[in-house]
Amino acid sequence: MNTKREKRSIWERPGVQTVAASLVCVLLGLLAGYIVLLMINPSGAGKALAAILKNFLFFTRPAVALEYFGSTLVKTAPLLMCTLSIFFSYKVGLFNIGASGQYTVGAGISLYLALAFHMPWYVCMIAAMIGGGILGGLTGILKAYRNVNEVIAGIMLNWISLYSVNTLLTKVKESSTTYTLALHTNSPQALIPAMGLNHLFSDNKYVTIAIVLVVLIAVLVWFVMEKTRLGYELKATGLNKNAAKYAGMKEKRNMILTMVISGCLAGLGSTFLYLSGIEQWSCAQTAVPAMGFNGIAAAFLGGLNPIGGIFSSFFIQHITSGGSYVDKMVYCSQISDLISSIIIYFCSFTLLFKHCLNRVFVKNRKGGAK
Amino acid sequence: MGLLLQYTLIYASVLMLVALGGCFSEHSGVINLGLEGIMVMGALGGALIMKYMASLPAAAMILAVLAGSILFGVLYSLLLAVAAVNFKANQTLVGTGMNLLGTAAATVLVKALNMAENSRNVSSSIQYIHQRKAFCALKIGNFELSWFMILAFVLLIVSHIVLYKTRFGLRLRACGEHPQAAASVGIDVFNMRYAGVLISGLLGGLGGIVYITAGVSEWKFENGVAGFGFLALAVMIFGQWEPKLIGLTALLFGMFRALSNIYSGFDFLEALHIPGAIYNMLPYIISLLVLTLFSKNSRAPKAEGIPYDKGQR
Repeated sequence: MNTKREKRSIWERPGVQTVAASLVCVLLGLLAGYIVLLMINPSGAGKALAAILKNFLFFTRPAVALEYFGSTLVKTAPLLMCTLSIFFSYKVGLFNIGASGQYTVGAGISLYLALAFHMPWYVCMIAAMIGGGILGGLTGILKAYRNVNEVIAGIMLNWISLYSVNTLLTKVKESSTTYTLALHTNSPQALIPAMGLNHLFSDNKYVTIAIVLVVLIAVLVWFVMEKTRLGYELKATGLNKNAAKYAGMKEKRNMILTMVISGCLAGLGSTFLYLSGIEQWSCAQTAVPAMGFNGIAAAFLGGLNPIGGIFSSFFIQHITSGGSYVDKMVYCSQISDLISSIIIYFCSFTLLFKHCLNRVFVKNRKGGAK
Repeated sequence: MGLLLQYTLIYASVLMLVALGGCFSEHSGVINLGLEGIMVMGALGGALIMKYMASLPAAAMILAVLAGSILFGVLYSLLLAVAAVNFKANQTLVGTGMNLLGTAAATVLVKALNMAENSRNVSSSIQYIHQRKAFCALKIGNFELSWFMILAFVLLIVSHIVLYKTRFGLRLRACGEHPQAAASVGIDVFNMRYAGVLISGLLGGLGGIVYITAGVSEWKFENGVAGFGFLALAVMIFGQWEPKLIGLTALLFGMFRALSNIYSGFDFLEALHIPGAIYNMLPYIISLLVLTLFSKNSRAPKAEGIPYDKGQR
């Protein structure tokens, strides 16, 4: 037995395969980005790609770099929440493409409560979470009782949410622009507190406890999924809902509950961005925020694991922020959107890649044993 | 009233083309969520022709622009075909990636071209003020009937005939309903699915160019196509995957979209005090209601979204 075990290549371990598959996606994405940069202007392509990958390290002074590192983390927090939302539903066999809509509704509710009623941050946060949860739950109910495909329902609800939130937030926008009023000046009690964390990042005023909270939530999601009865039931429902029903689980309740939790995560995620004050909502937005879609990318890139999601979310946000440091005379910052969208595209091949690894190495081992 | 008719026809022809594209893809068994990205690419193809072949005579211009957008749309839809048919990838994921990639790639390309011409021009816009005059077929007062609207209507009829009156259409639909059964009588499921996806690329690409040339003479590619690909999905669902109904739905949803743009021009609509967003939302709400009420006996192709597995029964 022992000798056989030793012969197993490390490439057969699922964890190693997942990481390898994700790295291949990243490399292919970067390679494609590099080729595009070369086509635009060969002389600065290497430098531009380096700028994207360096992001905040672009600044040589440590204090400034640290401050921008903080900003990247602030924007990673909502992305990670969307990633967790996608992850949670996907483990139960549901593709929550509606995370963007739940995120939008969360942003709408929290900003409206903050600016129109001057509510404190925790109230805004909880309300946003409930709002996202209700929207997610609606998708779940439609799926469980009316057999409506959750992807189609999610897409419809995304657009309904966008137009509703734009209309709602027009009531609290700046009179001269399309953006909502700035929280720092109009409603400081709605800002998530920093509790001294900002001092770690050269007093970056956008750094809040959200960046710690989000990591705790990621661990919590992992714990619920892997170590509790609820998580076991949910995963069983995802694998085969008829078998789950036969085993005495309430499969419809499980599906709805999954979508509620998934919606709560996305709704809460939006507050981590908008209640930090780093961005204002534009009421003239004609597209659903990409955050939910990038969450899909990060969830798959992270190998559908909450802890992997922490790294993949950070990476996606890292290169997205890094896009603004390319030489603007020659290139444009959207090059990083291009790279991350290519990564998403290749992520859909990860299962195939794992399958190939399995075939190659299992075949080799069997051949060797004989 | 002329304005309402004008905008309704513009939006309806765009929605009709793109929804028909989605319809072909889904009838072959592949869900095409990347229509939004395909539209952007098709629009880009046509816009590039207008930019670089600005001096063509009217008839040649129309043909060249159509060819450009069809080429870009079809090539772009290959991304979906390869992933979904050859590699059995998750179609939702591929579609999402394609939507993000379409806008990003078009923006990067157009910005690079603009900056190469003039380093101060960092916009992602292409202008075609004179070129688009070629597309006008008939002008009565303010009302403009474009060749593209006629084309959309012709393609609607052609789609109906292809899907329901030809051998190809029957085979295509068989692959979307039960690919294993289709394969058992000698139909090549792979080829059929490729055909379905590529036709959706063709129609989606056309939809893109019709959308950007309809009312404006310049397009900013950063904005993508403002959710029209998704609205077309709603049209397809409300139209129950049938060209005839898709045509009617496109008119209805096109009118909602037109109303959201110009409702303030009508006294009686203005008096209702309905915000423009409601008209934008209505198509999605109606489609969702239809799905909720009738999903139990939906006409959606049974095997859509499921990768074809020869060994499965």
